[in-house]
Amino acid sequence: MEARGKVFKYGDNVDTDVIIPARYLAIQEKKELAAHAMEDIDKDFVNRVSPGDIMVAGKNFGCGSSREHAPLVIKEAGISCVIAETFARIFFRNAINIGLPILECPDAAKEIEAGDQVSVNFDTGEIINETKGKSYRGQPFPEFMQRIISSGGLVGYVNGRKDR
Amino acid sequence: MGMTMTQKILSSHAGLPEVEAGQLIEADLDLVLGNDITTPVAISVMDGIDKDQVFDREKIALVMDHFIPNKDIKSAENCKTCRDFARKHDIKNYFDVGRMGIEHALLPESGLVTAGDCVIGADSHTCTYGALGAFSTGVGSTDMAAGMASGKAWFKVPSAIKFVLKNKPSKWVSGKDVILHIIGLIGVDGALYKSMEFCGDGAKALSMDDRFTIANMAIEAGGKNGIFPVDEKALAYLNSHGAKKGAIFEPDPDAAYDEVYEIDLSQLEPVVAFPHLPSNTKRVSEITDRITIDQAVIGSCTNGRISDLRVAAQVLKGKKVANGVRCIVIPATQKIYLEAMKEGLLEDFIEAGAIVSTPTCGPCLGGYMGILASGERCVSTTNRNFVGRMGAKDSEIYLASPAVAAASAVAGFITAP
Repeated sequence: MEARGKVFKYGDNVDTDVIIPARYLAIQEKKELAAHAMEDIDKDFVNRVSPGDIMVAGKNFGCGSSREHAPLVIKEAGISCVIAETFARIFFRNAINIGLPILECPDAAKEIEAGDQVSVNFDTGEIINETKGKSYRGQPFPEFMQRIISSGGLVGYVNGRKDR
Repeated sequence: MGMTMTQKILSSHAGLPEVEAGQLIEADLDLVLGNDITTPVAISVMDGIDKDQVFDREKIALVMDHFIPNKDIKSAENCKTCRDFARKHDIKNYFDVGRMGIEHALLPESGLVTAGDCVIGADSHTCTYGALGAFSTGVGSTDMAAGMASGKAWFKVPSAIKFVLKNKPSKWVSGKDVILHIIGLIGVDGALYKSMEFCGDGAKALSMDDRFTIANMAIEAGGKNGIFPVDEKALAYLNSHGAKKGAIFEPDPDAAYDEVYEIDLSQLEPVVAFPHLPSNTKRVSEITDRITIDQAVIGSCTNGRISDLRVAAQVLKGKKVANGVRCIVIPATQKIYLEAMKEGLLEDFIEAGAIVSTPTCGPCLGGYMGILASGERCVSTTNRNFVGRMGAKDSEIYLASPAVAAASAVAGFITAP
């Protein structure tokens, strides 16, 4: 599985309140919700993002509330992968559980710049910055999480083992 | 190798003699929690799970608290979804208008969490119950759905940071100042993926309400959970609130900690977190500028308990909220509301020119009941001061204790009593 697209770059501590402000949390329809993704820190994001694009950020990405709406709107907006130095723990779980690919790779997160063309191979964890001609090795998922992802998220995983 | 308190609780719930940091385990859950924002998402996820029943109708708590009494049609529809689900599955602990409170004040008060429990909640502040010696942590809606269906959740066993608290805090210094001080010290990702274990004579000296406040904000340092040892005060709290007999876990003497901090509580002063991160802390005595405010909020799962209201009333009694300041007091549960009424605190608030609201998370996350306009500034006893959290994206939130929020409401600028 691979992702390839242009990069949207953000800083440290991007919190779930800016990823999707609480004023929209009563909305259940995914497309309607995703129209407000990132609007408090990057109001042009939803207009500029193309399917497959990649988000790159610093430390503690997705900190704050447990709202699953946060990884959901990023995925729904078309982002194929988020690369960060580190992820906040609830966001990390939620992303895996809903099937939004994420990778921790501090060097890539620091060096990749907005607008760079980047490709990611999820099987090997390799990140290639095609614009700068540089490659990185992301932290691969432990086997247990790979099983969740290969089951199509936690729902598929729970369904697969229901007889146990 | 020895285990931390958290590791012991997780090993007992995973049916394993021991666990170590980094290990992936599956643990049995004593309680699965959701609110009116996260539960509707979990319910739609449950539709995709090939299991029609919840694992245990008595081990699920659904609390309508964020946008209720319903602030608009969409939030009314969401609550209706939760209500129908609770009825269909005969969920015992469903809390709606009239019976509700802010989840993390309500569950301990209702005796639904006890020492040694393993709890997940689709709300990041689920870590609050660590004050009772439970392992509790926030998760998303999919985890909640899987938890409701299977009674289990997967965890990566966390390592821990130990905070040895010493001595007693001085009069106007509270649990809020302790945790803001700690977040300022280690940063908003200082405890990322880790447990924060509090111990020492200073921990024992803190009231249960202060411990709830401290454990509540472990997530603001990135922590997986915050946890206190179970002492006489905790046992007395559990007994008086009708909690079932719990299991007391103590860390092994040779338990490994990534870091150990010693904090002398007697040296702490009132602390305020400036916009836009909870780690952006300053002692009130260090503030040289006059930071005028438009609003003060006293409430939330962090600081809406009875002792918080008592402190705020003590400061506000016989005084007036400054001209141009809106002071909003929100008791966290119906029981606290009633207690505050009987003690005459509501009268103190209203006489001072503050308003008192029915329990709700309301303004804390910019829901309703005190949204900020652009450029406005609020001192708040809530837990997050992120960009746009309480309203307009260029409004500002200063996090503080109830004493500081009340004193600031009277002064019209940020100050301590």
